[in-house]
Amino acid sequence: MLETKGEIKILVKNLKKSFGKLEVLKDINTEIRTGEVVVLLGPSGSGKSTFLRCLNRLEDITSGDVYIDGVNVADKRTDLNAVRQNVGMVFQHFNLFPHMNVLANITLAPVELKKMTKEEAERKGMELLKRVGLEEKAGAYPPQLSGGQKQRVAIARALAMNPDIMLFDEPTSALDPEMVGEVLAVMKELANDGMTMVVVTHEIGFAREVASRVIFMDGGYIVEEGTPDEVILNPKETRTIDFLNKVL
Amino acid sequence: MYNIALLSISDIKTISIIKTYWSMLLLSLGQTMLLTLLSLVFAFIIGLIFGIMNVTKIKPLNFIATVYVDGVRGVPLIVLAYFTYFGIPMFIRSIGFENFRFTALTAGTIALSMNAGAYMAEIFRAGIQSVDKGQMEAARSLGLGYGKSMQKVVLPQAIRTMIPSIINQFIISLKDTSILSVIGFPELTKAGNIIVAINFDVFSVWGIIALMYMIVIVTLSRLAKKIERRVNVGNER
Repeated sequence: MLETKGEIKILVKNLKKSFGKLEVLKDINTEIRTGEVVVLLGPSGSGKSTFLRCLNRLEDITSGDVYIDGVNVADKRTDLNAVRQNVGMVFQHFNLFPHMNVLANITLAPVELKKMTKEEAERKGMELLKRVGLEEKAGAYPPQLSGGQKQRVAIARALAMNPDIMLFDEPTSALDPEMVGEVLAVMKELANDGMTMVVVTHEIGFAREVASRVIFMDGGYIVEEGTPDEVILNPKETRTIDFLNKVL
Repeated sequence: MYNIALLSISDIKTISIIKTYWSMLLLSLGQTMLLTLLSLVFAFIIGLIFGIMNVTKIKPLNFIATVYVDGVRGVPLIVLAYFTYFGIPMFIRSIGFENFRFTALTAGTIALSMNAGAYMAEIFRAGIQSVDKGQMEAARSLGLGYGKSMQKVVLPQAIRTMIPSIINQFIISLKDTSILSVIGFPELTKAGNIIVAINFDVFSVWGIIALMYMIVIVTLSRLAKKIERRVNVGNER
C-alpha cells in the first residue's frame, strides 16, 4: 500500500516502561506520520495499551523518548497539559463525567482552558454531536446513554479540543456487539478526514479496512509491522501467525 | 406521656426552669451552633487540604497529612482544648507577647476545627478514592491540570458520596462542643452547669439540656436524609 509520507507526528525511541519489577515495554521504536492510522494488535499483556498511554504520558516513562510534534513528553520539564491538548484520547470504559450533561462534558476542557468562549464551545459541541449523530442527546446525562452512545460522546469530547492526534484504547471492547459498528463508523470517518490515529483494538476487520499500518506487539516488543495486508494476511513471524489463528 | 401523674411534680419544676432560664438556654444553644458551624467550615477546609495531600503521589505531602491526621486523632479533644486555651497563650506570653490570650470562642474553634479537620481529611481521602481513576485520567488527557481536574471532575463526584459522612461528622462535632464547657465557653452544657449551681435541680436541668441537644440533632439528621436523597436522585440521572 502506498502512503503519502507526511511529517513525523510521533517518534518513539527506545521506549521502556516498568511497573515495579515487571518490564512491560522492553524496547519500542517507531514513528507515526501525519494522517496515518496505526492499529496496535497483540495478545493481552503484550503492552499495547501501556504503549498507547505512554504517548500522552498517562503512564510515566521509565526510559527512552517519545516525541509528539517534536516535543519530548518523556522529559520531566515538558508542559504535558499543552501537549495533551493536541492529543485526544478515547478510553475503553468511556470515562464520561457522570455529573455533567453531554454538552457540558464536551465543552468543559475548551472553556476551562480558555480555548473558546462558552458560546463558541457550545456551538462547536453541537457540531461535533451532529457529526457523531447525537445532537438530540446534548442535554442527557451519561448514565442515560447506551454504551455506543457514550463512546461516541467520548469521541466528540476528545475532538472538542481540536487535537491533531487521536489515541483509542480498546474503544469497542466494553460494548455490546450490536453497538460496535456505530463507534467504528465514527472512527472510520475520522480516519477518512485525515486524522492521525493510534488505535488499540481487537477488531481485525477495522484494522484491515482502515489502518494504514498495523503493529503487532508481544511480550513488550514490536514483533512485526507493516500494511494490513502484510501483517494480517501474510504474517511472517510465528507469534503473529499464532495470534491471528486464535482471533480470526 | 402515659405516666403524667408520676412526672407532674417535676413537670411543674421543669416548666418553671424553662420560664426562668429560656433566654439563657436559647442563647447558649446559639453559641453551641455558632461554634459547631465555625469549626465545621474550618474543618472542611483543613480536611480538603490534608485529604488531597494524602491522595497525591507526592511522598512528603502524604507524610505531612498522615502525621497531622494520626497526631490529632491521637489526642483527646479535652486535652486539645486545654492545650489551645491555656498552653499556647502561655507559650506566646513567654516569648514576649504580654497579656496574650485567646477568647474561649477562638480557642474552642481552633481545637474543634483541628479535631474535626483530621476526621474530615479521612472523609475526603475516602471520597476522592471512591471516584473511578478513569475520571482523573480522562480530565488530564484533555489537557486539564491536576487542580482543575480535581475541582471540576473528581471533587464534585467525591463530595456526593461524602455527604452522609460529613453530616455524621457535623453531629459528632455538635455534641463535642459540650467538651468545650471546660474552658468556659458559654455553650449549652456550660449553661446547664450554671443553672444547676443556682437551683440544684439536676434531674430537670440536665433533662432539658439533653432534650435540647436531641431535638437539634434529630432535626438536622432528618434534614440531612432529605438532602442525601435529593443528591442521590441527581446521581441516577
